[in-house]
Amino acid sequence: MARNPDADNAPVKKEIESPTSKYDAEKAASFKVVGSRPARPDGMDKVTGKARFGADMVMPGQLVGLILRSPHPHAVIKSIDSSEAEALSGVKAVITRDDFTPNDDHADVLYNIMAREKALYEGHAVAAVAATSRAVARKALKLIKVDYDILPHVTDVDEAMSPDAPVLHDNIITRGVSPTPTKPSNVVARSEFGHGDIEAGFAQADEIIERSFKTAATHQGYIEPHACVANVGTDGMSELWCCTQGHFHVRQVCASLLGIDVSRLRVTASEIGGGFGGKTTVFIEPVALALSRKAGRPVKIAMTRDEVFKASGPTASSSMDVKIGVTKDGRITAGYGVFRYQGGAFAGAPADFGAMSAFACYALDNVKTEAYDVVTNRPKGAAYRAPGAPMSVYAVESVVDELAARIGMDPIDLRLKNAAKEGSKSSYGPKFGSCGLVETLEAAKAHPHYSAPLGPNQGRGVASGFWFNFGGETCSNLNINADGTVTIAVGTPDIGGSRASMCIMAAEELGISYDKVRAIVADTSALGYNDTTEGSRVTFSSGMAVIKASQQAVTEMCKRAAMMWDIPAEAVTWEDGYAKPSGPNAGDFEPLSLAEIAATAGKTGGPIAGHHEYNADGAGVSFGTHIVDTEVDPETGKVDIIRYTVVQDAGKAIHPDYVEGQFQGGAAQGIGWALNEEYIYGDDGKLQNAGFLDYRMPVASDLPMIDTVIVEVPNPGHPYGVRGVGETGIVPPLAAIANGVSAAAGVRMTELPMSPPRVLKAIDDAKVAAE
Amino acid sequence: MRYESPQTVEAASALLAGEEGLARVLAGGTDLLVQMRSGMVEPDLIVDVKNIPAMTSITEENGGYRIGAAVPSAEMNEHEGLCALWPGVMEGADLIGSTQVQGRATMVGNLCNCGPAADSVPGMVAANAIATIIGPNGRRDVPVIDIPVAPGKSTLAKGELVESVFLPARPKRAGDAYLRFIPRTEMDIAVVGVGVSLELDDDGICTDARVGLGAVAIKVLLVEDAAKALIGSKLDDASLKKMAAATSAACKPINDKRGTIEFRTKVAGVLATRAAKIALERANTRASNGGEK
Amino acid sequence: MSGIHVSTKINGDAVEYVCDVEETLLDVLRDKLGMTGSKEGCASGDCGACSVTVDGRLTCSCLMLGAEAQGREIGTIEGVAKGTELHPVQQKILDNAALQCGVCTPGFVVAAKALLEKNPDPTETEIRYWLAGNLCRCTGYDKIIRAVMDAAAEMRGN
Ligand SMILES: Cc1cc2nc3c(=O)[nH]c(=O)nc-3n(C[C@H](O)[C@H](O)[C@H](O)COP(=O)(O)OP(=O)(O)OC[C@H]3O[C@@H](n4cnc5c(N)ncnc54)[C@H](O)[C@@H]3O)c2cc1C
Ligand code: FES
Ligand code: FES
Repeated sequence: MARNPDADNAPVKKEIESPTSKYDAEKAASFKVVGSRPARPDGMDKVTGKARFGADMVMPGQLVGLILRSPHPHAVIKSIDSSEAEALSGVKAVITRDDFTPNDDHADVLYNIMAREKALYEGHAVAAVAATSRAVARKALKLIKVDYDILPHVTDVDEAMSPDAPVLHDNIITRGVSPTPTKPSNVVARSEFGHGDIEAGFAQADEIIERSFKTAATHQGYIEPHACVANVGTDGMSELWCCTQGHFHVRQVCASLLGIDVSRLRVTASEIGGGFGGKTTVFIEPVALALSRKAGRPVKIAMTRDEVFKASGPTASSSMDVKIGVTKDGRITAGYGVFRYQGGAFAGAPADFGAMSAFACYALDNVKTEAYDVVTNRPKGAAYRAPGAPMSVYAVESVVDELAARIGMDPIDLRLKNAAKEGSKSSYGPKFGSCGLVETLEAAKAHPHYSAPLGPNQGRGVASGFWFNFGGETCSNLNINADGTVTIAVGTPDIGGSRASMCIMAAEELGISYDKVRAIVADTSALGYNDTTEGSRVTFSSGMAVIKASQQAVTEMCKRAAMMWDIPAEAVTWEDGYAKPSGPNAGDFEPLSLAEIAATAGKTGGPIAGHHEYNADGAGVSFGTHIVDTEVDPETGKVDIIRYTVVQDAGKAIHPDYVEGQFQGGAAQGIGWALNEEYIYGDDGKLQNAGFLDYRMPVASDLPMIDTVIVEVPNPGHPYGVRGVGETGIVPPLAAIANGVSAAAGVRMTELPMSPPRVLKAIDDAKVAAE
Repeated sequence: MRYESPQTVEAASALLAGEEGLARVLAGGTDLLVQMRSGMVEPDLIVDVKNIPAMTSITEENGGYRIGAAVPSAEMNEHEGLCALWPGVMEGADLIGSTQVQGRATMVGNLCNCGPAADSVPGMVAANAIATIIGPNGRRDVPVIDIPVAPGKSTLAKGELVESVFLPARPKRAGDAYLRFIPRTEMDIAVVGVGVSLELDDDGICTDARVGLGAVAIKVLLVEDAAKALIGSKLDDASLKKMAAATSAACKPINDKRGTIEFRTKVAGVLATRAAKIALERANTRASNGGEK
Repeated sequence: MSGIHVSTKINGDAVEYVCDVEETLLDVLRDKLGMTGSKEGCASGDCGACSVTVDGRLTCSCLMLGAEAQGREIGTIEGVAKGTELHPVQQKILDNAALQCGVCTPGFVVAAKALLEKNPDPTETEIRYWLAGNLCRCTGYDKIIRAVMDAAAEMRGN
């Protein structure tokens, strides 16, 4: 359920009532390939530098595209004069807002990729050039004259909500409040979730804690900047090569923005150097296409790191209030939270997801959450791993931790006592199916980490977290080749080794060895529509499509064997890669291997293939619990991560290495978010740290080994029991670390990041208060 | 934009002096290239000094060492003699950037870029390192502390460049140390940096001390009051406390994305104390090894 | 803007090219020589994805002008494997699944190889600090560090 809160405003899907498929326990009991750890098919190219990423493609005669960006956080664009740039030798095209026609389906996306009436944030694209070299293109950018009328700006979420804040859009009238406001504001929408009666619940509580929290905006921080090469042919047939999490989505949006048929645009997803949600939408792709159309030549655009920070999509910053009541014996009687998220200059902050996941770990009788989606003069947000959840869960899990201390209860026991389980009504509506929170809590409690001794200035924190997971539109093909090998084509870009998992599942289903199967990510012309690689959906949805396609191929191979033996197709079964007569009545034939059937396919009816297309349901939620030991330097406020353990429910780990990798990567991003990463704005509304040096993501020496425990509570909605694992891992770390810092230094950090100046100030303030 | 790669310091100086537009020395390039990429500087002439033998070698001189201005930090830190004599200066240089940056970055580039947070400079200031400058009017020796003026601005005249830096010999019981504060463990610019150099007599009484302080003012500072607090003492808690207070008092920091005034001021004192203790331990170890490391 | 003629050696082969002054070695490798194994993650020395060796010393190719390669010996990711035979660091990265998206991988391979040539038996901490200039956003570094330790052990012959 991690649809990108993109401007196409994907509706929030409700928890799935009717899974597409059912868990096959018998099959799972005898897995041969699933659960093994073979090398990935694209591995060799990646360790040797041969793999081609977004910026590695060259098309003959390609031009360099560069984008002119607004230096102002909020300004009316009175006029743009590009005549001098156009006249510069080597410049082949200049485009501005005038080169795009209004588009109702993707109005915000269009406004974001090329500013119209106003520039809404520092870095907002206002024009673009295509030239024969980078140097010429740079020169041309300087020759474009933009006349701005500078407006007051706002970047903080609370300030943006105040009645006297500068208003970004005239047409935003807050949804979800009554009476409907008469004036525009920066509040896009208010939503509410929950059930029961929180007032009654708080009345039953022995202890109530209420606190306010703030978190800074963070960036996905993928190492590969956005890059693409576009070529619009003279006949309008177009191709686009780009690094994206969803090339079908890119095709759809670009075709719409350029006003061309979907069938005329072929998008190939390059290898992708990380995305984490940030590459689920378009930024430079429509610009490159428009430049190419105008110039009549291929155009390559690659963002600089500075542009990535200023003009791609970070996640929201937040301001939150949480109130929780608990009885002395540890029953949570009520939970209430208000979550205000700013998502940049356009609608779509993941406030709803935040409010929905805030209390998801708990089975509560009384719970209520409110969400506010707010716009500010910052770059339009994009999805970031479990969009919206890490912040709200940070707030809730911090208060839960404090309550546990207050009533003198072990924090894991308090969570176990209130844990969401199968059948409990979730805080956002539907009832949970089978799920593994209790199992992760028990595994965490039993882990040696939880009882290991701590040194001076060290403290241990725990927190749990949740993500919905998502299925969605999926289409995969599988071909049996004449030599007995198998090729799979999926439509979901592989970011973390998913091709290996696809091969494993096909090998399992077909009963052949892993090395006989190769998977590729096919271009948009080769397959039906596929949703984006997001929402932890790939191994679940594309994997299930591969399993179904394999089953279809098996049926066909049984048919071919029956033909060769001249017996009815029903009399043939498939076992361990062989067609066999099913029982003595079917006749006495030597089993036929997949390779043997494939070799004669030409004589038995032609090529053998399988395919599957569907809208996957039943993704199955994933819960996790993290344990962290922190050490706080009382004299400088510096927090070190000493030890870290991730325990998470994977349903079934198809390729355990890549499941562990997701756990570890999520934890590392969470550590960065908790400790140092943040978008820092000056009073001038400009981003002050648009580079890795001052954005401060964790480096190798900042982290310990990250221990992992894979809990497997099978997802009832997947034949192998798979749940998505990609996102949950970033949800608990913020709270776990805050809880660890509280244990180590006795200060409750209610603002992220917990950078040294903030922690030191909290320590010093606490000292003063104690005196 | 022109690129020149002369073979002698004098030729380099002549090129710099003769350029009418903006000329820049290119040592490791780890500042210059970043500044060029971001459009912060657009030189008309770049003079690469890495092919000048006098600038790329480390030589022993009067018991001390002369370090060519184009010697990268990684090479210095592989030099056993240097690391034994001035471990604090070397660790300051070693903190600059990553392993990759270490392979290029020079102390003199760090110095001449004139950033207040330059990691190798407080250590050099504490060591009273002397820079040898070559220019149209010949050669002059200048204490390192006198070179930076403000970010990007130095006392070097047109046509001048630093040829080398000299780190002097040390008495038997002497030691130095550099510590910086950064939010991560690596790859950050110092929020505060303190270099301390000590000389002690046979009774362990401090006879000379110098404290260099970075990232808390418009340029790297020499904190004389902090040194005074140590001289004559055995670095007992009281004198260390006094030194920490003097260090904090010398800070004239700003609030910025890397730290607050309050934080920098306090942590300057904390680091000064920690660095002084390390320097003391080094001095004692050195003395017990008869003046060797 | 007149081009600078540069003669250098890349992965043992003599190479000549003409570049503009402001072009970095990374620009030259990727755009002029078609050697796209070195990646541009930041162009400011912060991510290490562009790591190469210059006369054996590890360097960011984005922090060096193409002109500075004159007369030097450059080593890039393309020269690490000998034909189809992977370097132990490459093999162990594969074996340990020490990559997710893989865009950081070439930089890590070049940097880790340089480490093991200098220090055949590094501690975990030494590896972590040596590689602190190589950013990986996907893996949390755990499997990468293990891969380098495994490669070191294999190269030492245990
Ligand atoms: C990723 C990264 C991380 C960094 N981390 C740190 C850090 O932790 N701490 C830190 O202090 N710095 C850091 N820096 C900045 C930089 O690496 C250092 O300042 C380095 O010491 C500069 O040396 P250089 O030889 O590369 O200088 P260059 O870039 O070659 O030169 C810097 C300046 O000094 C001038 N110059 C150089 N040599 C001479 C000379 N002989 N005579 C006169 N002028 C000269 C140049 O013209 C230029 O203006 C970092 C840089 C990067 C890219
Ligand atoms: S591209 Fe060179 S360090 Fe990032
Ligand atoms: S594997 Fe993606 S950045 Fe390292």
